Amino acid sequence: MNSNIQKNKASVIENLDAVRAMIKRHKRNDILFATIGLIAIMFGLLALLTLFVDLVMDGYPRFNIQFFSDFPSRRAGSAGLLSAWVGSLLVMLVTFLTAVPIGVAAGLYLEEYAPKNWFSDLIEINVSNLAGVPSIIYGLLALGLFVYGLNLGQSILTAGLTLGLLILPIVIVSTREAIRAIPIAIREAAYAVGATKWQVVKDHIVKYSQGGILTGVIIGMSRALGETAPIITIGALTFIAFLPPSPITTEVPFINFEWLSSSFTVLPIQMFNWLSRPDHAFHINAAATGAIIIVVTLLMNGTAIWLRYKIRKNIKW
Amino acid sequence: MINATTPIKAESKDLNFFYSNGTQALKGINMPLYENKITALIGPSGCGKSTFLRCFNRMHDLYPGNRYEGQIIMHPDNTNILEKGVDPIEVRMRISMVFQKPNPFPKSIYENVAYGLRVRGESNKRLLDDKVEEALKGAALWNEVKDRLQDLAFNLSGGQQQRLCIARALATDPEIMLFDEPTSALDPIATANIEELMSELRNKLTILVVTHNMQQAARISDYTAYMYLGDLIEYGDTDMIFTRPTRKETEDYITGKFG
Amino acid sequence: MMSATNKVSKNSSSTTASLTTVSPRLAKNVQRHFKERVIEFILMLAALSAVFTTFAIVAILLYESLGFFKTVSIVEFFTSKEWTPLFEDAHYGIMPLVAGTLTTSAVALAVAIPVGTIAAIYLSEFASHRAREIVKPILELLVGVPTIVFGYFALLFVTPILQKIYPELPGFNMLSAGIVMGIMIIPYIASIAEDAMRAVPMSMREGSYAMGATRFQTAIRVVTPAAVSGIVAAYILGISRAVGETMVVAVAAGQQPTFTFDPTEGAATITAYIVQVAMGDLPHASIGYQSIFAAGLVLFAMTLCFNILGHIVRKKYREQY
Repeated sequence: MNSNIQKNKASVIENLDAVRAMIKRHKRNDILFATIGLIAIMFGLLALLTLFVDLVMDGYPRFNIQFFSDFPSRRAGSAGLLSAWVGSLLVMLVTFLTAVPIGVAAGLYLEEYAPKNWFSDLIEINVSNLAGVPSIIYGLLALGLFVYGLNLGQSILTAGLTLGLLILPIVIVSTREAIRAIPIAIREAAYAVGATKWQVVKDHIVKYSQGGILTGVIIGMSRALGETAPIITIGALTFIAFLPPSPITTEVPFINFEWLSSSFTVLPIQMFNWLSRPDHAFHINAAATGAIIIVVTLLMNGTAIWLRYKIRKNIKW
Repeated sequence: MINATTPIKAESKDLNFFYSNGTQALKGINMPLYENKITALIGPSGCGKSTFLRCFNRMHDLYPGNRYEGQIIMHPDNTNILEKGVDPIEVRMRISMVFQKPNPFPKSIYENVAYGLRVRGESNKRLLDDKVEEALKGAALWNEVKDRLQDLAFNLSGGQQQRLCIARALATDPEIMLFDEPTSALDPIATANIEELMSELRNKLTILVVTHNMQQAARISDYTAYMYLGDLIEYGDTDMIFTRPTRKETEDYITGKFG
Repeated sequence: MMSATNKVSKNSSSTTASLTTVSPRLAKNVQRHFKERVIEFILMLAALSAVFTTFAIVAILLYESLGFFKTVSIVEFFTSKEWTPLFEDAHYGIMPLVAGTLTTSAVALAVAIPVGTIAAIYLSEFASHRAREIVKPILELLVGVPTIVFGYFALLFVTPILQKIYPELPGFNMLSAGIVMGIMIIPYIASIAEDAMRAVPMSMREGSYAMGATRFQTAIRVVTPAAVSGIVAAYILGISRAVGETMVVAVAAGQQPTFTFDPTEGAATITAYIVQVAMGDLPHASIGYQSIFAAGLVLFAMTLCFNILGHIVRKKYREQY
């Protein structure tokens, strides 16, 4: 009996040594993969860091006030971004004014009103499908519909509407997600004191989902700022040496809408234009523009992600 | 009565356990596991019985910040499996576990059972076939699945899945098997099957089982431990614990006055 | 009818005073009800804008393509290996553009799939909670970098480096555009694949670790197979992005429609062709104008297939757990 236990003990220990040797072998794979994984992530991150540093270094000579206050020019050294950033701003204003009301309204309808049937399914399928349509296809839509179909021309209005449609799915999806996070109890509490559906939606749903909607709007606007392909496709001009008429005037009624039908250029198109020139001097301008676009979009996206993080942390229900 | 001649397979000594948030879930537990016996852990939810069980295969190491104090000594080699230098993988290769809810992998029945062997680097087809068959027979599942070993494990019923998980744990010839409420997700017939199986397994290995069901503990175990709020209140021969507990708390729990 | 009125008068305390207070309230109810319906209708119109947009895209693409196919036979469109719609001797074979699109996409995926998958596995199974909390938002941030910037990177950073290694490489080539497109898609694939792997229940990992598996074994043998449909969905959505990507290829891959699958050559993609034509001054309703819609239709069909496939596969893994 005793010798039996002794024998058993010996075999267990012998076995244990084999097991330990094997684990050591296997663990080498762990370390190997962890290294490769780290390199993979670093590769992605470093490539983008390189890209950014490259842009800033190449574009460095042009980071001055003149670059922002000059019109494009045939001479690279005196060419500036004035018409491009003003154009971007105005186009984004139109985009904001179309995508936000329509997107939020659509999100509200889908979450709060739509009956769950083929009709809401149809809308839902369309929204998720639109999110995956390449942006250049929106450009073709705009070319056929806005430019020639509705005769809006290659104007700020056309570009704004196009980008508005493009970011609509982003706004709708984020609105819906924000609304879905509101517990049913809040709605019940409001209905219980006799509120109508619209009152519930207006006073509670919209209010509590503001943060989430804002997140989506910022992400959408940043996407609109960087989009190039659809704007090129509608045939936007790349050499614009004038500013659109000002939206605000000194005469009554202080607002005019002529700017909507004005020709324009935007930052990414200006960059594309400079980039496609063989003369290297223009590439410096392109790099400087790229650095500016990257900084602005990263700031916008960073704000949105930070905001979402804050909202998730602060939710008390 | 505790038999002094029965060898001890493992024992915990002054075991404390802290979760990453700082709560102490186990307070100075001293308890033996006798070889080829079934030891049951009972107690109200949150008493630490599952926490204790999961110390035995270092499952807590999967989540950062958890901390052990004290020892769990495994015999005959006297290894303290909680020691920093001991690899949790080594521990898990010696001590396998069956979970509360069946958790088969998204693989075939065959590959589920062969998993532990594959993880050990075994690729000999003949040996794998033999081991899989042996384990499935040991888990009383062979007759039901022998003609569809390549079917996805998800297609089995809940009770079959749990027996598959037992076969999976069995295939690597572990020294100790841990069962964490293995029948709580099963119907009475499947439960009876698993209980019978555990009684048979006792001949091959040592078993530690957590159960929320006192009748089950009384039916299958040789020794029973009653835990409450992280303390081991009473440990002893199962018959004794259920008929003549020495502690008032144990008696209250067993008679249903509390729990 | 009579009895109903009786009941009403009996119920309301049957004085004229109370009736006069009730009826304005009723009138207000009607008014309120009407307002609610109008609002609901307006919101519904907003939601329908999504349907309208899809419909308009399909309609415009089909309408202009129809004009195109009045001049060009569908057989030629899909079989001819020359695409020169703007030349005197015009040929209308979409295949060179499709070849360019597929080649750049293939290069991109050859970069993005391995790196993205490894990054996802690392993030999901190896990285600490803290590291993941930091890296995941950065990935999301990177998905939002405008593609024109990547075009610059491809043309003026990657191509010169590649030319040092391989001097015969032309200034415009699909290799450089594809690699940069791949870098661009890495965060996208990594992020979606990581989501899929995180969705694998912890109990499955515990089951594997309890058998004595290492992290690597658990990741490769259990988590990855369990998340396979989500990972595949990430690939498919990545393909769809690569196929539809415009600016990188328009800047760096070249403008010549050449039927080639050799990435070291320059060739136009569908998207690059559309950009090229749109930059020029083409009269409305000319064959050149129509040709970009026909090309767009092919592109739309390709991405639509990938997107639908991706969503089906993705839905499958959502249902699993």
